[in-house]
Amino acid sequence: MNALELWVFVPIGVLAVIGAAGLVAARNPIHSALFLLLNLLSLAAIFLILWSPLMAALQIIVYAGAIMVLFIFVILFFVRPRQVHTMSYSLPLMYALGALLAVSVLGVVLFALYQGGLFNPALPAAAQVEAATSISSPSTLGRGLFSRYLLPFELTSVLLLVAMLGAVVMTRGEPGDGSSREDSAEEAD
Amino acid sequence: MERVVAYSLILSGVLFSMGVLGVMIRRHPLVMFMCIELMLNAANLAFVAFARHVGEVSGQIYALIVMAVAAAEVAVGLAIIVAVYRHRMDVDIDDVSSLRG
Repeated sequence: MNALELWVFVPIGVLAVIGAAGLVAARNPIHSALFLLLNLLSLAAIFLILWSPLMAALQIIVYAGAIMVLFIFVILFFVRPRQVHTMSYSLPLMYALGALLAVSVLGVVLFALYQGGLFNPALPAAAQVEAATSISSPSTLGRGLFSRYLLPFELTSVLLLVAMLGAVVMTRGEPGDGSSREDSAEEAD
Repeated sequence: MERVVAYSLILSGVLFSMGVLGVMIRRHPLVMFMCIELMLNAANLAFVAFARHVGEVSGQIYALIVMAVAAAEVAVGLAIIVAVYRHRMDVDIDDVSSLRG
């Protein structure tokens, strides 16, 4: 089971990294958005491998379905084809600083994994099946969400309401302008 | 730690660093915003991987909440970007300094 998981995981992980690299490197924002979409979809597949099918479905519905649609709408409405601002010119050391930060984040992750024992043996198969069925069922998640994590859940709903109102107010513009941001903000829920 | 979990954490670190790099070197506000989404997704991947590692569902719940917060953030952030675009018709992130105190 483990070897099979890795055989599925590695190509999907490569796809995710390709998506991220394209997002950073593409000159056209719409290409960046499509690369990000590739990255999000491959992450959904990885969520499936990690025994959380509900999160995979929500990743596709919320991110690929709502958030990326918002991004692409904004790009299509507001970015003109000849607009070019690709890389930064504000700080001379920006590339070096960005690369340094990225390398240090990655180094910390790898060091922590190395310290924490990277490749310990897995659980025995029976325990693995039991853990998988307990984690991956949406009813377990829902029960946790409505009992132990009820307060964060409700706060999240308040936050979404506030964000929706804020988006509507901020983009209302002139009276009688008839902007339709309300729909897209609701879609992001 | 299982191999899949370890690889997921490495992938999460790689994606997060690429998001950091993108925010640092790109100047298009929408692309920077998408790089922030990439970082949030990397954190989500780590949450879900740890949920599998610990064998408890809490990590998935945190990832769910992060996803909702990301949706709220996208709505507000895109509203700000749209307002700036309406105001100036051309946005370079270094030129938008009128909110500077």
